Amino acid sequence: MSSTPNSFRTGPDERGHFGLFGGRYVAETLMPLILELEKAYNEAKVDPQFQGELKYLLTQYAGRPSPLYFAERLTGKLGGAKIYLKRDELNHTGSHKINNVLGQVLLAKRMGKTRVIAETGAGQHGVATATACALFDIPCVVFMGSVDVERQAPNVFRMKMLGAEVRPVTAGASTLKDAMNEALRDWVATCETTFYCIGTVAGPHPYPAMVRDFQCVIGDEVRKQMMEAEGRLPDTLVACIGGGSNAMGLFHPFLDDQGVRIIGVEAAGRGVETGEHAASLTGGRPGVLHGNRTYLLQDKEGQITEAHSISAGLDYPGIGPEHAWLKEKGRVEYVAATDDEAVEAFQLLCKLEGIIPALESSHALAHTIKLAPSLSKDNLLVMNLSGRGDKDVPQIAERLGVKI
Amino acid sequence: MSRIEKRFAQLKADKRAGLVTYITAGDPNIDVGFQILKGLPAAGADLIELGMPFTDPMADGPSIQHAGQRALKAGITVDATFDMVRRFRKETGDNDTPILLMGYYNLIYQRGAERFCKEAAAAGIDGFILVDLPPEEADELKPHAVANGLDTVLLTAPTTDDKRLPAVLKYASGFVYFVSVLGITGTKSASEEAVRTHVERIKRHTKLPVGVGFGIKTPDQAAAIARHADAAVVGSAIVDRVKAGLDDNGKAKPDLVPGVFAYIRALADGVRGVRKA
Repeated sequence: MSSTPNSFRTGPDERGHFGLFGGRYVAETLMPLILELEKAYNEAKVDPQFQGELKYLLTQYAGRPSPLYFAERLTGKLGGAKIYLKRDELNHTGSHKINNVLGQVLLAKRMGKTRVIAETGAGQHGVATATACALFDIPCVVFMGSVDVERQAPNVFRMKMLGAEVRPVTAGASTLKDAMNEALRDWVATCETTFYCIGTVAGPHPYPAMVRDFQCVIGDEVRKQMMEAEGRLPDTLVACIGGGSNAMGLFHPFLDDQGVRIIGVEAAGRGVETGEHAASLTGGRPGVLHGNRTYLLQDKEGQITEAHSISAGLDYPGIGPEHAWLKEKGRVEYVAATDDEAVEAFQLLCKLEGIIPALESSHALAHTIKLAPSLSKDNLLVMNLSGRGDKDVPQIAERLGVKI
Repeated sequence: MSRIEKRFAQLKADKRAGLVTYITAGDPNIDVGFQILKGLPAAGADLIELGMPFTDPMADGPSIQHAGQRALKAGITVDATFDMVRRFRKETGDNDTPILLMGYYNLIYQRGAERFCKEAAAAGIDGFILVDLPPEEADELKPHAVANGLDTVLLTAPTTDDKRLPAVLKYASGFVYFVSVLGITGTKSASEEAVRTHVERIKRHTKLPVGVGFGIKTPDQAAAIARHADAAVVGSAIVDRVKAGLDDNGKAKPDLVPGVFAYIRALADGVRGVRKA
């Protein structure tokens, strides 16, 4: 694994592998459907009509491009790197999730599927999927762990208003992993008519590559916007990672720019040393789950252990396989931020910039706060503000002991 | 000839189909689970599938999910599963009934395919049925399975069309497991006509015996499958009998083991009542 490839952007291979990682570890019932999806996606990808429709929706419906905002007060306070925020929280539905969902639901339509299912943790992907399904008039079922249903109540109601059915999942720890199990179980039974809209760069091939491609609009825009603002590429990129779709979307277009330092921030929960965390790359090892081989939190035998994070969107014991590969190749640095650090960062951004960040994105911010002071003032740092925090307000209030 | 091949050859000579019974290793606990395992052949099982519990059984319905949780709670491990099979061979002297491990690939991957296959074969295990290891990913396991005389029973589904079947069959040995419905274990049942059509289709591609599973709950359903396939596989419905034998505290009631065996006996009677050409 030590050899450096000529390019970090050519994966996966034709069987969906990123080195050791990725692949298609699914039940035989689903295999033919996954092959069909791969074929349909490969055709759509090069079809100008599909790309044109997607571009139109991203611009006119989702509000892209999202601004690249120079966070002057945050920069001044931290006293180091010049910090830009990629404002994906300003997208329609409040996060980067819509980028991927519009692509997948368009593909579902194109494939003649008549029903869409999705899993969700924080509810951001669920809301985005429910939104696109409302727009395209397709019935939508969202699987969500019952613990998450409780801690992300505003998003549950949003999905219902958008016409989606939300199915609480009570298996296991009743969080994102269990929601994904249940979505896969539904899909095995309904695969001939149902499109499974996966929310992150994980799952069986072609999902990790497809979701990445749809999210690359983030990094592509940053490239252009930074050239306009500063006349050169950024020096540092920071993004939070649960499954890793917002991070992959920002990182991928820069992987071959060796001068760009790239950092992914996992959720350290109560601290990686406590065992109560969701940092699969920092605290896990390779294994097979949910259709792909990647870093997983697991015990000695290979039983999957429960993740913990204050952020429902990061509360997952795995990570996208391409991130696992980039870690092994050493191209991307992976670090972790704790619940407490994320909550502190959340409050800081509210006060300094008037922006309420999602708890997920607050992890990226927490690391930015740690890192920026050590960097020079001409270091251009881009942090992906992947979601807005309105959904987290009740949870933050409770944590701060405030009754609302 | 492997135990699985021998068993199917014998069934053919006896002009009948076989009954494949699934239980989850260590359900409801390791002792009672072993008692059940030990008595399966006498109750009428021709082949045994021993489920390896996994925290995230994404192709299983509630019955097998809960069985796995009971077993994990009772402390089942891969080593304890191997040990159970070793004791089965030793204590019963049964060296003919094939035992297949059924489950998910991660448990094998963590131990390493080579070591896992070696230890499984040494314990008296005959092969694998792995839900999340399609032929596309089977290269890592197959050579070690072959080297240790273990059969790899691959799954085919209604979605596995004629074009794809050869790719699946390339890796299959022992028998072919036809998943008769679109869905997870223990839910829907296929019509006899659909099973007949698919089994005939599969048999056009292979000489391997075809076992049919998913959704078989009654002796009549088992008999209907036996008319068209070489074996009927019953899992969730057996596991449900284990659950029915537990009291409110999850302790095994005295009638649990006899209840499971009586049910299997009825299934076996159903299967054995069908004479084959």
